[in-house]
Amino acid sequence: MANPMRIRAAAKEGVTEVRVLMSHVMETGQRKDSSGAAIPAHFITELVAKHNDKVVLNAQFGPSVSTNPYLAFKFNGGAKGDKVTVSWTDNKGESRTDEVQVA
Amino acid sequence: MRQKIIAAAIAAAAVVAAPQALASEELNFDAYRQMLADGNPAELFEMEGEELWTTARGPKNATLEKCDLGLGANVVVGAAAQMPRYFADTDKVQDLESRLMHCMDALQGIPSAEIINGSFLKGERAKVAALVAYVVGQSKGKPIQVDLAHPKMKEMYAMGEKTFYYRTGAMDFACSSCHSQDGKRIRATSLPNITTSKGAAEGWGSWPAYRVSNSQFWTMQHRLWDCFRQQRTAEPVFGSDVTIALSTFMAGKGNGHEAVWPGVKR
Repeated sequence: MANPMRIRAAAKEGVTEVRVLMSHVMETGQRKDSSGAAIPAHFITELVAKHNDKVVLNAQFGPSVSTNPYLAFKFNGGAKGDKVTVSWTDNKGESRTDEVQVA
Repeated sequence: MRQKIIAAAIAAAAVVAAPQALASEELNFDAYRQMLADGNPAELFEMEGEELWTTARGPKNATLEKCDLGLGANVVVGAAAQMPRYFADTDKVQDLESRLMHCMDALQGIPSAEIINGSFLKGERAKVAALVAYVVGQSKGKPIQVDLAHPKMKEMYAMGEKTFYYRTGAMDFACSSCHSQDGKRIRATSLPNITTSKGAAEGWGSWPAYRVSNSQFWTMQHRLWDCFRQQRTAEPVFGSDVTIALSTFMAGKGNGHEAVWPGVKR
């Protein structure tokens, strides 16, 4: 079960800034554990951000992104009380969706 | 050869405007830390801790909502800024970690021995760390305000001060070897001068912290344990008096200054 994201969204002068902090190991598959066995790759592959029901950002992530990734972006439009939804899917098929109201 | 390089460096420095500021900027992690503060992943641990606080767990299936961190049961806001403190119910000076351990034992029935004998970042000790993240997050920006009036607090402070200057280990190091002068650093990390009030607050008030290089959240207990390890001396027992004494010394000396909990570190 994936841990929740921390999402903040704030609208200012017709532009909404969204800041997302994800909880994910982002294991590259290149590392080895103390016994020398390779640690299997486990990372986010896709992220979708929606403003109400409209997709405003679609990103492809890879193993080079850090553990517990932080993502900030802006989109045009958005008003206080609107819904921003962020979902990610990783290479093991796990996913997490969190929602926040624009402040 | 070396002299030539130094000469060249001096010549180069003369050309570049404000070389002093530039050099310190390159070496200093502070600017990077400021950039990271906005999305400090310690917040993820704060969220986990907040959930743990209100989750019924342990053999007694209880939450921590009856836990008294010094300001009354379930009062979390501002509690960390006043710790370590003397607790009458245990007749001990306790830091945040040892107090949480006491609450988990008394309220939830989770034996402290399990945490003391455990490992950092694992099991119940990792749970303590998440709780620490939550509690210190509720003292963000609050001034450090440790009451040293009680004789046991004075005793702890004195013991902490003694430990701070006590040289030990294979390299004959004391805490003061690295932390008693201004403007010192190890690689790119500037070292606070803990003999000053401002420096002590900087040291005390920036841990616990999220470490970017290993994606781990470290409590002050963890940080102090690592200081002892780096001194190449005997590693302290989790929540032992010596760790609480050092914490009391730092917090007491840093009184009045703002804490930036939880921190973010390289």
